[in-house]
Amino acid sequence: MNKTDTINILFCGIGGQGVLKASEICASAALFDGFHVKKSEVHGMAQRGGSVESHLRFGTEVFSPLIPKGQADYLVSFYKEEQGRLKDFLNSKSIDLIDYLAKGENLIKDKRYINIFLLGVLSKYLDIKEDSWLKAIEKLLPLKYLEENKKVFAEGRKMVPRPPK
Amino acid sequence: MEQKLIKNVMLLSGDEALARGAYEEGLVVAASYPGTPASEILEYLSKFEEVDAQWSINEKVAFEVALSASKHVGLNVAMDPLMTSAYTGVGAGFIIVTADDPGIHSSQNEQDNRLIAEVAKIPLLEPSSPSEAKLFVKEAFKISEAFDTPVIIRLTTRIAHTKENVEIGERKEVAQKEFKVDIPKYVMVPKNAYKRRLEIEKRLVRLKEYSENSSLNRIEINDKKIGFITSGVSYLYVKEMYPEASFLKIGFSFPFPEANAIEFFRKVKKVFVIEELEPFLERRLKELGIKFKAKHSSYRIGELRPEYIPNIVNGGEKKEEASITRKPVLCPGCPHRSVFWVLKKIKAVVTGDIGCYTLGALPPLGALHTCLCMGAGITFFEGMKKALHKNVAGVIGDSTFVHTGIPGLINLAYNNTKGLIIILDNSTTAMTGNQPHPATGVTIKGESTKKLILEDICYSCGVDNVDVINPHNVKELEECIKKRINENALSVIIARAVCRLNEKKKDSPPVYKKEDCKRCYLCLSIDCPALTKTKDGLININSELCTGCNLCIETCCFKALTTS
Repeated sequence: MNKTDTINILFCGIGGQGVLKASEICASAALFDGFHVKKSEVHGMAQRGGSVESHLRFGTEVFSPLIPKGQADYLVSFYKEEQGRLKDFLNSKSIDLIDYLAKGENLIKDKRYINIFLLGVLSKYLDIKEDSWLKAIEKLLPLKYLEENKKVFAEGRKMVPRPPK
Repeated sequence: MEQKLIKNVMLLSGDEALARGAYEEGLVVAASYPGTPASEILEYLSKFEEVDAQWSINEKVAFEVALSASKHVGLNVAMDPLMTSAYTGVGAGFIIVTADDPGIHSSQNEQDNRLIAEVAKIPLLEPSSPSEAKLFVKEAFKISEAFDTPVIIRLTTRIAHTKENVEIGERKEVAQKEFKVDIPKYVMVPKNAYKRRLEIEKRLVRLKEYSENSSLNRIEINDKKIGFITSGVSYLYVKEMYPEASFLKIGFSFPFPEANAIEFFRKVKKVFVIEELEPFLERRLKELGIKFKAKHSSYRIGELRPEYIPNIVNGGEKKEEASITRKPVLCPGCPHRSVFWVLKKIKAVVTGDIGCYTLGALPPLGALHTCLCMGAGITFFEGMKKALHKNVAGVIGDSTFVHTGIPGLINLAYNNTKGLIIILDNSTTAMTGNQPHPATGVTIKGESTKKLILEDICYSCGVDNVDVINPHNVKELEECIKKRINENALSVIIARAVCRLNEKKKDSPPVYKKEDCKRCYLCLSIDCPALTKTKDGLININSELCTGCNLCIETCCFKALTTS
């Protein structure tokens, strides 16, 4: 029933993991590529270790700021236990990136960079230019950690040599 | 997919877009008290030199100063000036933003402030998205000036905290208005107020006509068999699920555009009314005697979601879903934790207030026993103390104390009530994103200003003893609480330590000796995220999270946790 060209990405994790920052970077990259973007989340208790989810949608024209249940194209989880809670958003064609969480945790020493690693993974699945991703990262992350973030983003990209179409 | 590359487009939230629109329209003064989901409006406006932006001590004060933004319950605090502002009119553009929180994500209740617009007889606009928030605030200024009335803009969480592409424009400078002395208009004594009361009703008739011709109300004719009358974010949920249907999208919802509704009913066969929370639009349509279908009353509670819409259309009831979200918790090293630990230890009844420290109520701490509204940590204490006589303490945060705590403290002293109030002073407004307040001595623009000295004001209110204690010194804190709680005096303990979110410095984590651990798990009763039980029943200290506050050491009678 809804517009078929909208891409729906659900990010989830717990407060303090950079869930909102990751979805902000993805949203900005989509914006730089000229898409209509909507990103919705709840603030307030997020920094206190509670559940955090961010709904990101982009396409020609996006209506609802929330992804309807069963219509997420991608689920990006930063915390294993939160992923289970959101399975209602998936359908048979959805891509759940949960397996990359453990891979990232093994590969990336500093846990604060896991969000950027998973963005690197996600970026290989999406029709957004690499330049736009890098521009968004430069704009939204502190200069001090920029090089490390770019490195981790590239590591994430390397994990997905050829994304399944 | 069609991609449009436009210059001057930014990703803005509803809060930011609204602020941007007000700035472009020539806004001069803005005031607010922080509250989710409205805090970002003032934070955005504070960046502009041309705007005199302030964190006010509370919403009533903010209302009386300027364009005022608050969360839904904030408007309750400002009800007194709000109600009579419709009588006096405004003289220049004056906007009230209320950000409602359907679903109670970050509030103490769920209320639909559209009803307040009707009670206060003030026009109401309901944008659906951030880009509309920007557009609507500009229109709100025009309405406010043309009709000499305050205008309420109602956002909800899903508008305030949604970001989308928003086009940025230039600021328009507006000529400063003179204050014209007009005593019958601005001094609301009975005779003057009665005359203004007549004016309000005349104004509402003119506003209704304006609403009926406003572009903020829009008829979209598609499939004539099914149509929806809807407003706010609900419009987007319905549009998502029924893109081919016809719509009467209401943006100017009070006074209600009756003529547009009648026209829509003439054109469309079957009409549904879909709105979040109260049946606000429904009631207007019932008054018109029109036949339509509306949501089952169970959907008046909580947020709507796009996937609910087909069930609503089919007349279904809402199925309550069990919440399985993770509970929030005080941060590792939070200075409030030790206060709750001591209060729990002495089995005190604790009247609480609104802020991060309300989390002290959640298990396993369970050391805060009431939370109603801002300031009630002190006023409820008075009632509780009269009922229970001993072992009662009231707790309140520093920002909340300045907001509405002070009158309660004066009342305690004046009425000779004895006992203990604890000001949990982390020198910030933490829960809403660490905004400054008068007792920090810093303004929203980061400039230093006169600092309110909490000790001095407590003494001035008539408090007998004021003790300032660093709550990380748990032994000293415990001794002081025990001494003051049942003493025949009115005491305030200011438990002062910087909020963990404003403190980078960490001390080393405690050392855990598993051979001394008796597995009593008393250390877990402080609910510190850095301490967890391992699979084999031992304790794990997460050194990344631990700040070295050492409160857990105090809880361990077997010395299994010690300083490093």
